[in-house]
Amino acid sequence: MTAEAVVLPRRRRGLIRRSLDRWPVKLAVAIIAVIWLVPTIGLFLTSFRPEPDIQSTGWWTVLGHLWKPSTWTFHNYSVVLFKQGFSNAFLNTLAVTIPATVIPISVAAFAAYAFAWMKFRGRQVLFVVVVGLMVIPLQMALIPILRLYTSGGHLFGITIIPNMNLNGTFPAVWLAHTGFGLPLAIYLLRNYIGGLPSSLFESARIDGATHFQIFTKLVVPLSVPVLASFAIFQFLWVWNDYLIALIFLGAEPRVQVITQAIALLVGDRGEQFHLLTAAAFVSMVLPITVFFSLQRFFVRGLTAGSVKG
Amino acid sequence: MSPATRLWLVRAAWIGSTIATGAAVVWSAGFITDPEANRGLVVIAAIALGVVGVALLFKGMDFLVDRLPARYQEAVRPWVFVGPAVFILGIYLVYPAINTTVLSFKGRNSQEWVGLQNFTDIFTDHDSLISLRNSLLWVIIVPLFAVGIGLAFATLADKLGRRAEATAKSIIFMPMAISMVGAAIVWLFVYSFRPPGFGSQIGVLNGLWTGLGNNPVAWLLQEPWNNLYLMIILIWLETGFAMVILSAAIKAVPEEIIEAARIDGANDWQIFWRVTFPTIASTVVVVATTIVITVWKVFDIVFVMTGGNFGTSVVAQRMVTEFFTFRNAGHGAAFAVILFVAVIPVMAINVRQFRIQEERR
Repeated sequence: MTAEAVVLPRRRRGLIRRSLDRWPVKLAVAIIAVIWLVPTIGLFLTSFRPEPDIQSTGWWTVLGHLWKPSTWTFHNYSVVLFKQGFSNAFLNTLAVTIPATVIPISVAAFAAYAFAWMKFRGRQVLFVVVVGLMVIPLQMALIPILRLYTSGGHLFGITIIPNMNLNGTFPAVWLAHTGFGLPLAIYLLRNYIGGLPSSLFESARIDGATHFQIFTKLVVPLSVPVLASFAIFQFLWVWNDYLIALIFLGAEPRVQVITQAIALLVGDRGEQFHLLTAAAFVSMVLPITVFFSLQRFFVRGLTAGSVKG
Repeated sequence: MSPATRLWLVRAAWIGSTIATGAAVVWSAGFITDPEANRGLVVIAAIALGVVGVALLFKGMDFLVDRLPARYQEAVRPWVFVGPAVFILGIYLVYPAINTTVLSFKGRNSQEWVGLQNFTDIFTDHDSLISLRNSLLWVIIVPLFAVGIGLAFATLADKLGRRAEATAKSIIFMPMAISMVGAAIVWLFVYSFRPPGFGSQIGVLNGLWTGLGNNPVAWLLQEPWNNLYLMIILIWLETGFAMVILSAAIKAVPEEIIEAARIDGANDWQIFWRVTFPTIASTVVVVATTIVITVWKVFDIVFVMTGGNFGTSVVAQRMVTEFFTFRNAGHGAAFAVILFVAVIPVMAINVRQFRIQEERR
């Protein structure tokens, strides 16, 4: 080691080692990336294959006759998109997802601001409790909320919440997603909002701004990165949710969301493998587009709080 | 027009518009709860209700607080900001947690008290114990590999050029955007099995396996290894999450420290373990605990791939099956309580982590 160090100047030695390192590094990255990509490629190629082919040969066999026209078809997509009520499910999913993303972010942003910059009794304890709620299993909450929706809330024989007949409606699902998403949202947003420079708030207060004005005019514009990053999280989560939709919205074709439509296709996969692949890919397109277009935002905002500590 | 009159006019207009918006919100709420309504219109009304309704709620409450005597205003206003969040959390998380705990001490139809019977049932039933064992394995293996591969990949990709790094990271992250149900379908094409003589294999794994001259294997029926095959699906999904956050943490490690270590003769391996890793340790803990919580609640993958059969059941999936398939509220609630109690240590770590951060602030 020392002999080598004498022979080569330090910087040069680093350069040589780095160029030598490159190949193993590139190879390792490529191998992991290929392993990660293979399952999705399989689905993608399968979704464009005719049904008999899917059932009789593996998807990788298309690589042998890529340019033969009979290898490919759009039939699966046309059936899924136009005949199976899939477009209805797509709209239902939007009707569920957009409010279920907007509501928790708004509610969490107000709460996060209060936890970070307003003084009130029990602030610390309340915040610790909110963070603690992050780990309550979703499944644990489903049963009582279902009962709440269908027959009101009763604790030890006393009615505390009247029956709201919410089950099977969109607000039922929005509010459920809001409740389950809030702890993480408040945690992330509070980290970010709490990290904004305090001088900003002091000067705004001196100028006579109210908390409400500070929040809407200062905090919200400054928090756009973290708001966007949580929006993606929540969007992906709600879009991909199966359980909450199944339980609170029901399995009727009129109200079902995309994940339910796909799960139904999985149920009788013996005959419908070909539709399944197209359906699954259609359901992935929007989340993947959202993710790719907002990727930069997402990384920057999310880590602003967590890395600092 | 005197300033006082104008002020009253403004107020009247404000109140009028508030009432109009409120009426619109109420109308759209009724409209949205109608499952027969046109979907496109529902989407638009839903967005309007979501955005306007929430804005109106906070603005309206703030307006009311402004009407209070000045000495109460500062005491009440914070609760306007945290109030809705606390209210929703109370209904959707605190109330169910209490309620489920109560149910877990009641019988099948939640009528009579049975004491600890549900828990004794679970801890003496062979299948339930298998689901507990499986969940425990999931919680150990999945975070270990997801964080391990994510960390390795983030570190390696960091050494590539900018464009190659972005592409590679996107590929690993992509499964995050896929639902668990979608992921299950993706993996059906990996694990699919056909007995010899029933056509050629359509699953990649059996394609490779038979290509090597072996007999096809029914991967998802092979106890206990089928659990591992299901775990691989979640590892595939969660590694991207770990990788993206850890990658950002690695990039935040000050360049000077690494350069200093390099000048002192440390190699890449030593730099990683002595400099980079200790610096990002807290992020590793955060990522790992997040994934542990996700894994502990895993339901969809098992439900869609095997339905919990062939020795692959896990606690969260058992809970859903008990309640919705077997209609046994007592057992279902008891499984839920087990889930919750087992997560308390993780919660304690999270809270401690938060306190440390607060003190450093």
